[in-house]
Amino acid sequence: MSQQSVLYDVPGPRQRRLTLVLSILVGLLILVGAYFLVYLPMDEKGQLTLELWGPLIDPGNENFSAVWDRISVGIVNTLTAAALAIVSSLAIGTLVAVLRIQLKTLVKRRFTGFATPVSYLLRGLSWLLSAVTRVCIEVFRGLPVVLTIFFVARGLPEFGITMDTLFYLVIGLTIYNSVVIAEILRSGMEGLPPGQREAAAAIGLSPLQTTIIVLLPQAFRIMLPALISQLVVVLKDTSLGFIISYEEILNIGKQIIGALSNPIQVYIVIAVLFILVNYSLSKLAQYVQRRLARGRKTADTPTQNPPAVALVSQAEGGASGV
Amino acid sequence: MNVLIDRFDVFAGGFWLTFQICVLAAIGALVLGAVVAVLRISPVPPLRALGTAYVTVFRNMPLTVVMFFAAFGLPVLGSNADFLRIPVLDQVFTRLGTDLPYFRFALIALVLYTAAFVCEALRSGVNAVSPGQAEAARAIGMTFTQNLRFVVLPQSWKACIVPLGSVIIAMIKNSALIGFFGVVGDLSQSADQLTSAEGFAFVPVAIGISIGYLIMTVPLGALLDRIERRQAVAAR
Repeated sequence: MSQQSVLYDVPGPRQRRLTLVLSILVGLLILVGAYFLVYLPMDEKGQLTLELWGPLIDPGNENFSAVWDRISVGIVNTLTAAALAIVSSLAIGTLVAVLRIQLKTLVKRRFTGFATPVSYLLRGLSWLLSAVTRVCIEVFRGLPVVLTIFFVARGLPEFGITMDTLFYLVIGLTIYNSVVIAEILRSGMEGLPPGQREAAAAIGLSPLQTTIIVLLPQAFRIMLPALISQLVVVLKDTSLGFIISYEEILNIGKQIIGALSNPIQVYIVIAVLFILVNYSLSKLAQYVQRRLARGRKTADTPTQNPPAVALVSQAEGGASGV
Repeated sequence: MNVLIDRFDVFAGGFWLTFQICVLAAIGALVLGAVVAVLRISPVPPLRALGTAYVTVFRNMPLTVVMFFAAFGLPVLGSNADFLRIPVLDQVFTRLGTDLPYFRFALIALVLYTAAFVCEALRSGVNAVSPGQAEAARAIGMTFTQNLRFVVLPQSWKACIVPLGSVIIAMIKNSALIGFFGVVGDLSQSADQLTSAEGFAFVPVAIGISIGYLIMTVPLGALLDRIERRQAVAAR
């Protein structure tokens, strides 16, 4: 919004009149377009009849309560999967982020107190560990979530592990999202001013203590908007449960369509539900971001400028949802 | 591990099909996303509202729902997405011209969904240009188009290339969904085909399919990292 006022001059009376006329014209054009492109085709195929919409919006309809009972089961299942997935990916993601930061300092260590071969061995080992985690992160970040879920649901039974489809979905989502969250947190920690780490070292904290007591809480704070955006992504991704026939809302929708054969109507209702929840979540993220940007105005806190990396991973996190 | 060698043609074919839909969807999404971005920064309020509504709807809806709309809603409305049978293109991308419409449906869904994110990436680029630049341009008497053409867009292009790349990577990953919506022969559908119908061992197939996607996503991600680091140095 702020950009608009910069791109254009403040409109004078003539410009304002022009804008008003244009607005009315364009508004009419959009309405006409909507009539011909949306209303007419829908009407022609009889998609606007109460017969198809009734079970979803008319409380008097015989199927109304049954349909909404099923839909609420779907909503509950979707939310359960999303909640479990976000909690476990936050926990694992934090662990992975701490691990990566630890390994990074470990790689820099020279192990001078040991005999030469031992120190070389230790250095090689820590380098190897760090490389392995790096590769794992890249692999899981580069794989589609659909496939991780599919692989988990298809692969675990091959090794004799069978469980509820809910847990396949949660595990699949966790694998992907914990890695993304780990990257968000890591970029948050690395974006902090080096003084934080140096000060912690100066008062005698070990690297692990530094990470846990000093860096991690600040990273959480700076990255809160990105983390909330990731929540939106997780919520959207739970809809993938349908490929492993978990009874989330889309699957329920499919059952309803099987009984009532009204696909467009059911999907519109499901889409509206998703949009409502996710829109409020993204508004929350924006609100938190503004709060943080206003921030503590006392000292030179790093909160004012989230690092560039962070913004990118945020954009990616927002986009990578299915 | 024999499946990787014996059925290499299946993996290669799947990769090729996934690559095709990614190229087509990327082009479509970039064009549509640019149009929506123009709507969102236009001076006419209804157009702006239209752009905002588009982005809000498609950004907050799972791609799965968009896919369902395309795959089950369009046929109900009697459309086979035949307008995508573009004469010359369907010689190169043969799936565009087939009688089974699922490739076209999947393409429509991917384009519609990704365009919302492309729009946001482009807009973030325009917003990254510091307001002083546009103000200065107006102060020396440039018109709106001159302002965009010579001052704002060249700078915003640089700022949005990394977010755009992230969007494209996400789109490549999202394209894995098309195999579950009736598109036969892409990478993810090949995984299903080889393991459940032809009874190959699961792990080698999973490895093969994963490599297929990683070939596309990891180098692109590394390239973006490079560009980003270079820009960070240049900005200092």
